[in-house]
Amino acid sequence: MKLAYRMYAGPAHIGTPRVASSSKNVHAIMHAPLGDDYFNVMRSMPERDRDSTPVTASIADRHVLARGSQDKVVENITRKGREERPDLILLTPTCTSSTLQEDLQNFVRRASVISDSDVILADVNHYRVDELQAADRTLEQVVRYYPNRALGQGTLGRSPANAPTANIIGTSTLGFHNQHDCRELKRLLRDIGIGVNQIVPEGGFVGNPNNLPKAWFNLVPYREVGLSTAVYPDEESGMPYISTTPVGIPDTADCTRQMQGCVGERATVLPSQGINYEPYIDQQTRFVSQAAWFSRSIDCRNLTGKRAVISGDATHAAAMTKILAREMGIRVCCAGTYCGHDAEWFSERVRGFRDEILVTDDHKEVGDTTARAEPSAISGTQTERHVGKRLDIPCGVISSPVHTQNSPLGYRPYLGYEGTNQIADLVYNSFTLGMEDHPLDLPGGHDTEAVTELPPAPPTGKDLIRDPESQLELSKIPKFVRGRIRGKTERFARQNGISDITVGVTYAARDGLAA
Amino acid sequence: MNQENHMSMKRFETITFERETGNYHTFRPISCVARPYQKIEDSFPPVVGTKTCGYPPQNALGVMVFAEPRYAMAEPEEGDTPAQPNDYGESKRLCPQVVGDRDPSVIIRIGTCTTEIVKMDPEGTAPRMEAEVGVPTVVARANGSDYASTQGEDTVLAAMAHRCAEHSVAAGEGRDPARVGPPSEPPKVVPGETNPPLVLFGSLPSMVASQPSLELKRHSVQVSGWLPAQRYTDLPPLGAGVHVCGVNPFPSRTATTPMRRRKCRSVGAPFPIGPDGTRARIEKICPVFGIRPIGLRERESKVWEGLKDYLKSVRGKSVFSMGDNPSEASPARFLIGCGTIVYEIGTPYMDKRYQAAEPAPLREASRDMRIPVPRIVEKPDNYDQIQRMRESQPDPAVTGMANANPSEARGIDTKWSVEFTSAQIHGFANARDVLQSVTRSLRRSDMGDPGWTDMVSRDNDPTLQ
Repeated sequence: MKLAYRMYAGPAHIGTPRVASSSKNVHAIMHAPLGDDYFNVMRSMPERDRDSTPVTASIADRHVLARGSQDKVVENITRKGREERPDLILLTPTCTSSTLQEDLQNFVRRASVISDSDVILADVNHYRVDELQAADRTLEQVVRYYPNRALGQGTLGRSPANAPTANIIGTSTLGFHNQHDCRELKRLLRDIGIGVNQIVPEGGFVGNPNNLPKAWFNLVPYREVGLSTAVYPDEESGMPYISTTPVGIPDTADCTRQMQGCVGERATVLPSQGINYEPYIDQQTRFVSQAAWFSRSIDCRNLTGKRAVISGDATHAAAMTKILAREMGIRVCCAGTYCGHDAEWFSERVRGFRDEILVTDDHKEVGDTTARAEPSAISGTQTERHVGKRLDIPCGVISSPVHTQNSPLGYRPYLGYEGTNQIADLVYNSFTLGMEDHPLDLPGGHDTEAVTELPPAPPTGKDLIRDPESQLELSKIPKFVRGRIRGKTERFARQNGISDITVGVTYAARDGLAA
Repeated sequence: MNQENHMSMKRFETITFERETGNYHTFRPISCVARPYQKIEDSFPPVVGTKTCGYPPQNALGVMVFAEPRYAMAEPEEGDTPAQPNDYGESKRLCPQVVGDRDPSVIIRIGTCTTEIVKMDPEGTAPRMEAEVGVPTVVARANGSDYASTQGEDTVLAAMAHRCAEHSVAAGEGRDPARVGPPSEPPKVVPGETNPPLVLFGSLPSMVASQPSLELKRHSVQVSGWLPAQRYTDLPPLGAGVHVCGVNPFPSRTATTPMRRRKCRSVGAPFPIGPDGTRARIEKICPVFGIRPIGLRERESKVWEGLKDYLKSVRGKSVFSMGDNPSEASPARFLIGCGTIVYEIGTPYMDKRYQAAEPAPLREASRDMRIPVPRIVEKPDNYDQIQRMRESQPDPAVTGMANANPSEARGIDTKWSVEFTSAQIHGFANARDVLQSVTRSLRRSDMGDPGWTDMVSRDNDPTLQ
């Protein structure tokens, strides 16, 4: 067992309904105790969904614990099939069913004989995968199911379309700004003359699942959900996929060039077509996106060398690290992710762009690292936003887990060229807010807070005493560097065996450490 | 009298209980440990449960989770779930961390479905832990296999009732060292105290908790203590000769524990929700102590008088309560008293003994207002309820959060049921708040219909096609 207060990725049975509720006419039935269907609340509250979430629970109550689910699960599946006529019902195990170890596969087999709907058991084990891994697996499972069946029936449409098209794989419910990203991706594809074949799971692919192989390539914007779905047809039938997230100027260009590669490869059979996206990339970079210009502008120059801490899922944290370091000249003192299963990819991605790397799902560790690093701004999840509040450091939210405020009504993509604008605003606003605070401090007149009460408070040894004069001296230091100076002074005092901190010690520490 | 009239007369008289499939949406009982633990300042509840259990409190408690909560999950990993879980060893390893960090006066170990399935023995290990760690450990099995939402609080309070000191007039006699309570000195004699000890139970916010006490005091009934108290060390003594009375409709286990295990006398009374309920409650409690309440009816009418503006807007309106916690009957009874038609009261479970004092006023209110008695549906089926709700088109439907936005999008006003469990709705003084929260959607509708009531895309809802 381990103690935990707050978690980044939810349990596995949040991942499976994320796939189900993104698709049209797919219903998830959870084998779960009363109250485990809070996924419905997460969808209808933070996402403000207008429709009833297509997720119900087959309740595992005391009777089920005593004698097994018997016909209950089968009954609930067939009933739902009658009531809502979904194309597909996904039976979703929870921690309870993982522990009970009932033969859910058998229930699925029985139910699929009776029901008109297709029935699949989501292959996720609570104790082994989290929300993101579960969503990834479930998506792959469903996408495999239909072509396999179509193959058996000889109805699989294998011939690709005449004009270049792409599948977008992995945009889903409760994904961070996924709706907006999806719109932006469609725009990007349209701009370069690529049609959208299917978007999965958002957009309802079950109705026409055999369509997927018609696309020329698959585009996977987020590593966490969709990667295994794209890897499978690549291995199976050589359908290429692009997993470079088009976020930030260089990566969007990179992603676009890879699309050029995919299209060019196929288009060589049509020699009349010259595929060259370079002019488009150049035009977008210099004039449509403002981010390249922003990084040259004097506003951004003022951010050079400012310190930031980054934390989030692998996709967003890695992208943000590269944007801050490469495009804006900000020093990323720590880049971190809670996607431990993808740690290797993450460290490889952010190599050379950060001082420190932190892979953990313990929010306290992230908080402590942030307090130690004392950055001017944080890019993180809602958890880090609260850390920022406590430490008095501004935070821009870049990744799940999020609150309702991160399901904005306005258009806020993070991907593509419009995404670069949104990110530049987010970053600049975080840092400016920080800077506005500081000029107030510089004259010293506005800061009336007692020095001792100020966060962040690095651990103070009991042996250190500050005389009133040095307290006063400390209060003259601008607030945004005060914590760091205090820490340095105390470290210096300890190293030199000084127990009384006087003004002299403060200066000695500064000079000593500066040298 | 024609047949139809006869039928409707009959409906006025009887309350029908129905029971459905139990496929309804509610909060998990562990979400409701928040109330007692916030109330009991020196407590710390580790929940022994999986990620599944940890996720909703972090969403339900929202911002509270960030404010250095006295709350933690002891999350079983795969190795903790085989046939012989090393529960004791693991708890022993984690407990010092909890105690070291927080220094609580009591640890409330919350059991979950997982602890039930793997058959951990928290009641068995708790006394050992208690002896070794030196902090009282109370066990509450607030799991979703057995309970719904606010019943979680009930399991905690029932466990607490065992820890109250023994009430005895003779000082220091028969004290159980495991039970806390005031140091062994004679019970404080409150000047003017006329009645045997009366302990109220239910976690009310401190602001509201003083109200029921004050109302009773007006009629010379002294409240000797609350379960839970603000601090664990201040739990009231229980024992023969102590009267107990609940302030909320859901802690029915808590009601039986002092009665059966501590020889207390339980006072069955309506719950102080709405002026009618508050009055009926005092009328029930006072005679137990041989007191005749004076001026109570006048006081009640004064409160009704003050509600006039709201009454105008709720009279003749209708309510459909889907029901996700066992406290729906009392607000419904108050609304019927206001002239609102209540089509259906859904509820996970109605303890007909503990809530015995409610159906009668519910029936009376219906008769007085000439409104048919609502059907009470235990263990409702949300899918079927939604069909009934769409037919009856209530203004507003009281629903959980999962069904609120989808109903609003279909032109049905809603009110979150969770407000009835967290808002201040008790006593004469808060009657206004109940109506305020129910009329919120009505008041918004009063702003006029902009023509946007139906907000659903037809292709997204197969049931509408």
